[in-house]
Amino acid sequence: MTERLRVHVDPDKCQGHARCKALAPELFELDEYGNAHEAGDGTVPPGLEDKVWLAKANCPEIAIDVIEE
Amino acid sequence: MSDVSQPAAHPPVTDWVNDFDHTDPQWTKDPFPIWDEMRAASPVVHTERFLGCYMPTTYEAVREIANDTKHFSSRRIIVRDVRPEITSRNAAPPITSDPPEHKPAKQLLLPPFTPDAMKKLEPRMRAICNELIDGFIADGKVDAAARYSKYIPVQAIAHMLGIPESDSDLFIKWIHMILELGIKDESKLLQAVQEMSAYFIAHIEARKNKPTDDLISYLMNAKDKEGNPLEDSHVLGSLRLLLIAGIDTTWSAIGSSLWHLARTPVDRERLIAEPEVMPTAVEELLRAYSPVTMAREVVKETTISGCPVKAGNMVLLSFPAANRDPKVFPDADKVVIDRRENRHAAFGLGIHRCVGSNLARMEMQIALEEWLKRIPDFRLDPAGTVTWSQGTVRGPRQLPFLLGKAM
Ligand code: SF4
Repeated sequence: MTERLRVHVDPDKCQGHARCKALAPELFELDEYGNAHEAGDGTVPPGLEDKVWLAKANCPEIAIDVIEE
Repeated sequence: MSDVSQPAAHPPVTDWVNDFDHTDPQWTKDPFPIWDEMRAASPVVHTERFLGCYMPTTYEAVREIANDTKHFSSRRIIVRDVRPEITSRNAAPPITSDPPEHKPAKQLLLPPFTPDAMKKLEPRMRAICNELIDGFIADGKVDAAARYSKYIPVQAIAHMLGIPESDSDLFIKWIHMILELGIKDESKLLQAVQEMSAYFIAHIEARKNKPTDDLISYLMNAKDKEGNPLEDSHVLGSLRLLLIAGIDTTWSAIGSSLWHLARTPVDRERLIAEPEVMPTAVEELLRAYSPVTMAREVVKETTISGCPVKAGNMVLLSFPAANRDPKVFPDADKVVIDRRENRHAAFGLGIHRCVGSNLARMEMQIALEEWLKRIPDFRLDPAGTVTWSQGTVRGPRQLPFLLGKAM
């Protein structure tokens, strides 16, 4: 069974620490204020699973959700 | 009450849990065991000193307070002996702002400090570091705090603000008066704020005829939501903030990192052999030696981690103590330069997250990289003494090193 991951940044919690972008540049984008949102629809391409968990574990605001589908 | 212009003498602490004092020499020298003792006693401790002050000791309690702007105000951000009337709402926005004023004030400052904006500064930063190293490398020894870590952030922020890097010593003097001497001596604080304001007013005036491409002009041209220019006092307050917040914080972080590397050759060798570890190492050094402790004022009674807190008291919001909480960081007292999971709070949590965090990270990384490239071997000079700053920002102020391999 292949597991698909989707990532979502809660914009109300994100304070722009930019850790997610530093650790997983493929999965996050920053707006002009430096606040993050997921790239595209948040689907995590195969091979980037490690990075998404790492970003989640490093977000000081606990703003990143990883959804296993 | 004693005369506020007289620095108050503080009796030495004998009971850290019920009578703590973050200006005590023992705390300045080595706070870590003190925080452990306090944390073991309670998630929130209290002292009668500083007219009544709480300190959260756990990551969770720090987080709760940082995210609760209803009960905790940022109008006072330093725990001091006195609490003069708040006369200006533009003391140093947005760090001294509460919602709803906070958000627009902060959004104004965010764009010039994004990671992309910081990338453009990198070449100048590398040059600054190398110019400083040129100044002492031939001597074989150096006070790395006084001649290296201190000047990196001050020159970086001067560069961004568009004020002469050669005025660095003046800026450093003001910051010392505000953040250290000012805790106990109100007059020093006021004097520095006045001098700093006069300095910036002159620069603002000069730009009225001759606009420039720097942060001072950026703030002068900024518009609020209604499309009106900012009040002069807001521009001035934000400039004061950028200068104060940008300097001895990063000076301290770079200094503590070098202090660690001087005493830990394995970490030094690893960073030289595997430069790709540097970003993780910087995060870990930030966690373990977080320089900044902020403050809040309790404006409404509430409960934090089960502990009641009463209005009128200050809160010593210690991000460094949160970062040493073993519940959140296994082996919290060890520096693990490849620690993968590290949601440290060195730049604060919640809406007051440090605006300059991307700048500080870049400065730290470059300062350590350039140093290690040119000075791979160094150690503490046994003939000298390492001294640490007191109060709100923690970092080495004297850092005597011998350069080169030990004979
Ligand atoms: S790490 Fe968290 S707070 Fe920081 S930008 Fe990413 S989502 Fe936002």
